[in-house]
Amino acid sequence: MKDLLKRNKNAAVSYSIVIVLFIVLSIMSGAGLLGRKYTALLVPVCCYIVAAIGLNMNVGISGELNLGQAGFMSLGAFTAVIVAGALNFHGVTAPALVMLICIVCGTVVAGFLGWLMSIPVLKLEGDYLAIVTLAFGQIIVNIINNIYLGIDENGLHFSFVNNTIQMQEDGNLLISGPMGATGVNTVSTFTAGFILVMISLIIVYHLMNSRNGRAIMACRDNRIAASTVGINAVAEKTLAFVVSAALGGAAGALYGMNYSSFAATKFDFNLSILILVYVVLGGLGNMTGTIIATTLLVVLPEVLRFLSIYRMLIYAIVLIVIMIVTNNQAIRLRLKNLRMKNGGRGKGKEVSGNG
Amino acid sequence: MQFLSYLISGLGLGSVYAIMALGYSMVYGIAKMLNFAHGDIIMVGAYVAFFAISGAGMPPAVAILLSVLVCTVLGVVIERLAYKPLREASSLAVLITAIGVSYFLENGALILWGADSKFFPSNIFPQGGITLGSLTISWLTIITIAACCIIMILLMLFVGRTNTGRAMRACSEDKGAATLMGINVNMIISLTFAIGSGLAAIAAVLLGATYPSISPTMGAMPGIKAFTAAVLGGIGSIPGAFVGGLLLGVIENLSKAYISQQLSDAIVFGVLIVILLIKPAGLLGRKVSEKV
Repeated sequence: MKDLLKRNKNAAVSYSIVIVLFIVLSIMSGAGLLGRKYTALLVPVCCYIVAAIGLNMNVGISGELNLGQAGFMSLGAFTAVIVAGALNFHGVTAPALVMLICIVCGTVVAGFLGWLMSIPVLKLEGDYLAIVTLAFGQIIVNIINNIYLGIDENGLHFSFVNNTIQMQEDGNLLISGPMGATGVNTVSTFTAGFILVMISLIIVYHLMNSRNGRAIMACRDNRIAASTVGINAVAEKTLAFVVSAALGGAAGALYGMNYSSFAATKFDFNLSILILVYVVLGGLGNMTGTIIATTLLVVLPEVLRFLSIYRMLIYAIVLIVIMIVTNNQAIRLRLKNLRMKNGGRGKGKEVSGNG
Repeated sequence: MQFLSYLISGLGLGSVYAIMALGYSMVYGIAKMLNFAHGDIIMVGAYVAFFAISGAGMPPAVAILLSVLVCTVLGVVIERLAYKPLREASSLAVLITAIGVSYFLENGALILWGADSKFFPSNIFPQGGITLGSLTISWLTIITIAACCIIMILLMLFVGRTNTGRAMRACSEDKGAATLMGINVNMIISLTFAIGSGLAAIAAVLLGATYPSISPTMGAMPGIKAFTAAVLGGIGSIPGAFVGGLLLGVIENLSKAYISQQLSDAIVFGVLIVILLIKPAGLLGRKVSEKV
């Protein structure tokens, strides 16, 4: 019972942080207090948070390292572009409706491909599993980077490698190879991002506290022991993998509808790594931490802009120092002693925090 | 004949991957960490060799030695400052730190040397090549393949026959037990990073001579390829890294030549997935089954 209360408390903290942040930021941007560069970050932050929550499902809850989250984001983003293009062609332009259909389609496509991939991926273990996810991420981006896709009255036309699509005169080119998606109607809003973050949080917390969620965590802690009590480890890990991929797709769809044009190379290995950094810094399995870490790390490069060319150098140093301070045994012990001296109640906090 | 020529240039490219993968694999075998900064050490090595030859006018042999020296010191310093404090931490924490180091090196290079790519002098190796009938093999390819084979044999002898090599194998098996046997584990790990980074410098010069354009982000893709090659062969295994590297280079070159220039990366990674499905621990890796 106490455990249940604690878990509900974790979820409540996450929800309230997101809601408060949303209200404060909405008011600030409405009153023009946020500069242009921070306003432009509102939707991307939501995308990264959703993708990071999804990845945390896989890395933190299921315990499998995934180096290809950006691949799922690119699936979501380009699915959204195609669907939006088709809807636009057939005269559906209401932003909220387009947004909804696109995100649902992006989620479903990424989730389905995630399920297909999970079949080979989950046969492997540890670093071999990690490199296969990396390989899938690279393959997806490499293929999308070579697709030319357009729409006209006869339907969708696509071609690989060369840009010789035969289209009617009223046709629209939606994806043009290495140039990526072009002419996208930007319909993403901060409100949509906020709703998506809330929905993904609800899904993840619901899953974590369900029978399946506990089974997933049991497999993470000891796969053999979990199997002996009758848990189908592959099925549970597949569930976590698919949810992770689907959330990546949703994040990608939101991201795609936020820019009028973007290339597939935006979703390269570096983006997968960046999202992994958010997850690890926020704490494995800790969704509140993920939200805070993502927000801080997306904003940090903007805050450091006054350092001009030294900006990313300082960012790298900050990252290394944070990792060493939060993970070095000696430093952690010293911090803990310090906290116990100043109040004595620090110990309980230390236990509940996921490091 | 055409096929043979693609095959041999693929072996040349594969040898560069193999040298990088050897460094990657050794570090993984001893320190059990994925060193994502390995590709950026290659970048630093290429820049040092470039400035030594084009800037200071040093003879190529001296420039290569200097590059090896700088990378070796860099590798050891990085290990001391960034990875050593995390010896007891989870492997994911070390992975993220390695990514931080990679950002640091890339952006440091960007500030020091600028974003525009520089032209690596390709004439440091003898021009031309051997002609056999209609087949021409360039000296660069021959030197690359020979260098890779020599490095692999020397490493095998070092790890298999010397006392230090035995200590390395002991560390990779069990660090605690190795310490009890009087092995200085920290020294061995530093030595491994030194060897891996030195190999990265050699790979950098060969890579620069093959693809002459060098820039601060040039290490990223070769780094991923080296990781792929190491895993393909069975990570932690020296002959595995060699075989994996060669295979990767050959597949990449042949798919570029016969299937598609643009989709070659997708094909390389597709082959990797298929091979891992058949041999889940890589070509020459050991499958360690968990004891209950």
